[in-house]
Amino acid sequence: MEKKTKQGSLADRIPAKVWVLLSFLAAMLLWWILSIIPATSRAFPNVVKVLASIKTMISRGVLWKDLSSSLISVVSGYVLGFVIALPVAILMAWYKPVRYIIEPWIQFIRNIPPLAYVPLIVIAAGVGRRPQIIVITIACFLIMCVTIYQGVINVDETLIKAARVLGATDKDIFIRVIAPATLPFILTAIRLGASVALTTLIAAESTGANAGLGMRIRSLNNSFESAPMLLYIIIIGILGITIEKLIKTAERRLTSWQEKREI
Amino acid sequence: MAGEARNLKNTNEHVRVRIDNVRKVFNGRNGEMVALNGVSLDIHDNEFICVVGPSGCGKSTLLNIIAGLLEPTEGKVYCDGKEVTGTGTERGVVFQQYALFPWLTVKKNVMFALEMRGVKGKQAEQEAMKYLEMVDLAKFADHYPKELSGGMKQRVAIARAYAAEPSVLLMDEPFGALDAQTRTQLQTELLETWERDKKTCFFITHDVDEAIILAQRVIIMSARPGRIKEIVDIDIPYPRTQETKLTPEFNALKNRIWSQVYQEYLEVRK
Repeated sequence: MEKKTKQGSLADRIPAKVWVLLSFLAAMLLWWILSIIPATSRAFPNVVKVLASIKTMISRGVLWKDLSSSLISVVSGYVLGFVIALPVAILMAWYKPVRYIIEPWIQFIRNIPPLAYVPLIVIAAGVGRRPQIIVITIACFLIMCVTIYQGVINVDETLIKAARVLGATDKDIFIRVIAPATLPFILTAIRLGASVALTTLIAAESTGANAGLGMRIRSLNNSFESAPMLLYIIIIGILGITIEKLIKTAERRLTSWQEKREI
Repeated sequence: MAGEARNLKNTNEHVRVRIDNVRKVFNGRNGEMVALNGVSLDIHDNEFICVVGPSGCGKSTLLNIIAGLLEPTEGKVYCDGKEVTGTGTERGVVFQQYALFPWLTVKKNVMFALEMRGVKGKQAEQEAMKYLEMVDLAKFADHYPKELSGGMKQRVAIARAYAAEPSVLLMDEPFGALDAQTRTQLQTELLETWERDKKTCFFITHDVDEAIILAQRVIIMSARPGRIKEIVDIDIPYPRTQETKLTPEFNALKNRIWSQVYQEYLEVRK
């Protein structure tokens, strides 16, 4: 809890929407300052130049191609990662041998930056769409598996007992107790997975992709075109925050019964 | 011992639950721990039994064994003449921590019990409302558990346990987490309900007052290993109210039971 200082009470009186606006203006101001300081101006061209680069990239015929290519990789890798993570997490939570064998390696690989193992994946899977999806799938799988697994093992034992004494079969317990009790963790996994999918994009598209937001940033880097680079970075940011907001709204709707709210 | 003799005494009353020489050993990190040893007890039909004892005397373990949530190491438990091998709807349980499903509304929590019994749809809904009226919570049917106080949650849990129509109700310190005022209120409600339907109750508590006000027989357990130390008949007639606690009979029983429990408490501390 914050201290109730004079500033605190002022902060409380200003509506949230105004704060969003103020925060936006502050960032724009910082951006503008960076764009006039000689040392940083080459890396941070001003808003006008960046907006103008939208047209440039469209006229070069790459903006939509990059956007759709990245989205295809991100969405496929993400969905695949989830589809694999869900059963693996449940098996890990239910069967100790599975847990003891798999979990240490999930923790191990999770701490390696994807960029480090990208070359190995390219050697194994070639170039093109396939390695991109594989990289994103691995990253999403790891984070979602760990999160869902935590959810399944943390299901309150008393709830399972309560269901059992009321006559619930194993199937009832799975569908009517474990699944809803794990839902908040599954939704958290979905949210964390989305964020990981985007942050892995650059690594994924360093596998010799011929389009994509991450690939384009790298190629613009070679020609020192900082305006469209900054544009692409901002696009990735907007994508990320939009997806997160959407998932959070779903989370709030589906798990409003929870005593404690999200992290 | 006088208590043990009485405890296996043959009576004409129908035996609901028979606990026959139950022993329970847990294998922990610090070696074997005997939680229960040589526990035998008959719970008769329509009887209200309270179990008191210091913490660690195995009273919860005993309840879990009757419920079928734990298996005895030795000995057997029978319910209505059949050996207990697992959980069964004829043995309902009310837990100290309420154990309501937080993602279901109050009404749907009660409906869960009905649906497990095969009651479906509209009929389940109507019956659920009947049980909620019993605990005076019909108004809160569409609330989620998080919106209720502890006492209300426990009343929902009791309604849910009743909805399963068990022949015996096992209650594991159900009022242990509640404040003193709510606790007496729920005791009064439970007494009224029991005086009406005489549902066989096996009720665990560490509160001697609570045990005497509710029970026909109070079982005092000793600790390490947990065994039945004495069984005290509570001859105070029903209906009982909170005022019963002011009578000399009540206080005499309280002194008698309390000194026994206190002795056990000192034993545990040694």
